Amino acid sequence: MWEYTEKVKDLYTNPKNVGKIEDADGVGYVGSVVCGDALTLYIKVADGIITDAKFETFGCGSAIASSSALTEMVKGKTIEEAQRITNRDIVDYLGGLPDQKIHCSVMGSEALTNAIADYRGEKPPVEDEPAGEIICHCLNITDVEIREAVHTKGITNIDDMMALTGAGTVCGTCIPKIEDIIEEEMSRCSTKADRCCDEPLTNMQKMKKVEEVINNVIRPGLRRDGGDIELVDINGDEVSVRLMGACSHCMTASMTLENFVQEELRKSVSKTIVIKHV
Amino acid sequence: MGRDVYLDNNATTMLAPEVLDAMLPFYKEKYGNASSMHSFGGKVAKDMEHARHQVAQLLGAENDFEITFTGSATESDNLAIRGITSYYRDKKHVITSTVEHPAVLNLCKQLEKEGYKVTYVPVDREGVVDLEYLKSSVTEETAIVSIMHANNETGVIMPVEEIGAFLKEKGVIFHIDGVQAAGKIPVDVQKLNCDLYSISAHKFHGPKGVGALYVRKGSRMRPLIFGGHQEKSRRPGTENIPGIVGMGMAAEMAISHLKDMAGVAKLRDKLQENILKTIKTSTVNGLNAPRTPNTLNISFEFIEGESILLYLDKQGVYISTGSACSSGSLEPSHVLRGMNLPFSKIHGSIRFSLSRYTTEDEIDYTLGVLPEVIDTLLTISPFWDNEKKEGKIPE
Repeated sequence: MWEYTEKVKDLYTNPKNVGKIEDADGVGYVGSVVCGDALTLYIKVADGIITDAKFETFGCGSAIASSSALTEMVKGKTIEEAQRITNRDIVDYLGGLPDQKIHCSVMGSEALTNAIADYRGEKPPVEDEPAGEIICHCLNITDVEIREAVHTKGITNIDDMMALTGAGTVCGTCIPKIEDIIEEEMSRCSTKADRCCDEPLTNMQKMKKVEEVINNVIRPGLRRDGGDIELVDINGDEVSVRLMGACSHCMTASMTLENFVQEELRKSVSKTIVIKHV
Repeated sequence: MGRDVYLDNNATTMLAPEVLDAMLPFYKEKYGNASSMHSFGGKVAKDMEHARHQVAQLLGAENDFEITFTGSATESDNLAIRGITSYYRDKKHVITSTVEHPAVLNLCKQLEKEGYKVTYVPVDREGVVDLEYLKSSVTEETAIVSIMHANNETGVIMPVEEIGAFLKEKGVIFHIDGVQAAGKIPVDVQKLNCDLYSISAHKFHGPKGVGALYVRKGSRMRPLIFGGHQEKSRRPGTENIPGIVGMGMAAEMAISHLKDMAGVAKLRDKLQENILKTIKTSTVNGLNAPRTPNTLNISFEFIEGESILLYLDKQGVYISTGSACSSGSLEPSHVLRGMNLPFSKIHGSIRFSLSRYTTEDEIDYTLGVLPEVIDTLLTISPFWDNEKKEGKIPE
């Protein structure tokens, strides 16, 4: 059982501002059904002030609570003020979240960034740095940092890794896990030289990246033509999507998929991606 | 309000009151050490041997000495697989399935690090182990095959009898992880032709902290831990007598209550049929496979399992989920993934598991609160509207 604060419990039981704003001035998408959580944030803006905010969330209790908190926090703020809200602020508003649930608050701040970009008519950013899984719980060090160290610092053993990152230096429970990650990353590389390979993505990272490109690059493109897209499944290199709205009956749907969706994903994620329409 | 409807019996079960009564004297006046030479300990040894007999009966073992008590089914699984591989040192191949419990899967991953080759036999869409794949994977090198009797998440029963017959002919050692089967369906190690069979007491209304491993007469294996002569040195350490006596009592009761399982299946089916009828976005996982009578794994599209769990928790209904959010690792259920279910179904999957103590009233109550929970979460979901618009889901 997760240790949720009373505030979190209250907000997932009675979430505020659920729903759509049909004539929203900005919409931000994050996540997908594939990764297990997704958030759509709608904002209404007048004279540079956010007058209304609503959300729709697919996710766990803390995802719902984070989304609800976010809508409360942004209302009445100027765009500039809202922009400064970080995931930490959402966590504080909720009175804390379990370690493994921090990403729910990150999802909130990303949705806000994307909604503001949309309001300004800009393309939402595609992050380079994937969020990781916390391996060293004493010092909050993620697998991403450990993987990075193997590739960029040429770390090949646990002692050097502990000295460099501090991971595993407090209670020591995670040491075998760190060793497994080092071994896994080393087996991806053909050479031991500094910056030894292109850092192929782990499955989770690949999923996150596909999702981000779909939300931030592909969806805004399709929506301009009255269409929409949903990520349904990822199995190895095969990415299943569903075209919706105007796109679903469009004669050129298959061309859209191959020329636009598949190309974008190949460009940003991996050259071997194949799109499947379901 | 204030109601508790416990539908998570594949996680653990209520201790039967009769079992507790049987155990209590061993926490009080009968505290002797079964290994002692005096009669104060000797009496306790007799009670322990009675428990061994009761457990042997549950599994259809020919001899009581084929039962070794352990601290958990995880330990039994480890003792079985490691015990065999460390005896047959020249055989470096192990076969298991992709949907095993972590007690077997993570041990196999460790064996791979130690230089073993492990074959993970896939399952079909219903969650049943691919028998032909398994058969064609066996080689001269194979030390042991370990397959679960029934899956903890879906309740799907594996073709262990066929596997046992095949492996017996091949002369390959067969371990069955029977944690989710014992007490729910008949178990007969003779018919199954297995060499080893792992069980846990707390899954059939016994106490926690005690498991057992059936080891067929004449099997050759080495212990995991070393010490005194307890359990014939196969599992040294002073015996957990209250636990063992409780396990024996629970086993005896499980045998006599096996006939009640038809009633449990009836309740499970009622739950299943009503959910499928009233909630259009639901599908049952493993529907067309043989399943344990108490388990129902069901997916709700467009919503997430942990939020279903939390909302049901508020109503006093306790279940579990295969969603990534609840696992802590952010990886969704490997069992449902192994069945090739799309992520949308895995993240929205929940498991109901009943027991012989589950009442019809509890099932009716659950059926009463569930539709509103699902409806509320659908209104929050960003995917639901699209589906309605596309006309894929009838209103």
